[in-house]
Amino acid sequence: MLTCKQFLQELNDYLDPNIDAEMKNHLNAHVTQCPNCFVIVDTTMKTLQVFKGVEPQTIPEDVKTRLWKALDRKMAERKLD
Amino acid sequence: MTPTTHPAPSTGAFDEAALVARAQAGDQAAFTTLVDHYHRKIYRIGKNITQNNEDAEDVLQETFLKAYEHLAGFQGNSKFYTWIVRIAVNEALMKLRKRKGDRFVSLDEPIETGEEEVKREVAVWEDNPEQRYSREEIQHILNEAVDDLKPDFRTVFALRDIEELSTEETAEALGISVPAVKSRLLRARLALREKLTRQFKRKGEDVFANL
Repeated sequence: MLTCKQFLQELNDYLDPNIDAEMKNHLNAHVTQCPNCFVIVDTTMKTLQVFKGVEPQTIPEDVKTRLWKALDRKMAERKLD
Repeated sequence: MTPTTHPAPSTGAFDEAALVARAQAGDQAAFTTLVDHYHRKIYRIGKNITQNNEDAEDVLQETFLKAYEHLAGFQGNSKFYTWIVRIAVNEALMKLRKRKGDRFVSLDEPIETGEEEVKREVAVWEDNPEQRYSREEIQHILNEAVDDLKPDFRTVFALRDIEELSTEETAEALGISVPAVKSRLLRARLALREKLTRQFKRKGEDVFANL
């Protein structure tokens, strides 16, 4: 069986929905026997969920306005070239 | 003086390649549509890497000004989005270098992977932390956690897990290898898990009471 360290090296693959079945079984053999790694998998998944669940910060209107102004200036320069 | 180039509401599907071709042929409205489509993501990347509002705004402007300037040189070997992400990451890292002074930040810097034991906090979380804290509190907790990451890790995490670029796209945008993306992502995820666990762990209970 994999050691915890070996398992954690493969954690990204384990969390990847496209992992192939053989690899998944191989990693499952460890995680179903090891409470520590089970908790690490669970809390890593929750970590990613928390980040993904946060609504994207909106861009302040004044920031947007300044972006469009800067682009306008740039495009006007280019037209004159 | 040109009229303000606020984009017209988009009609039909967003076709990146066609818009880039039109923009390269001098169609400014096509470029404006590209900016409108991607500016939120670019701002967020700037914010996540620099962790600073002013820097994020500079990254946003510089990215699209440079993209416009160098549009003719864009070859179309990669996606336009990956190309502007690369510009944005470079701008953001430059900001960090300036701000951190002598703490030089480089994505090419070798980092030790794998051998170093990650100190682990193994504890189950309280239920639904998202509901126990206000949106602002959660945002603050996440920002602090990301801010503590080394820039190399923070950048990979921002592109892979926030912007949801693939491993290959992230490698291309950062100019680093696929294995480097993978190992940095692993380290970033484990470090964030660690920090959030300290925040969200179930208090006053034996860690494995429920197992």
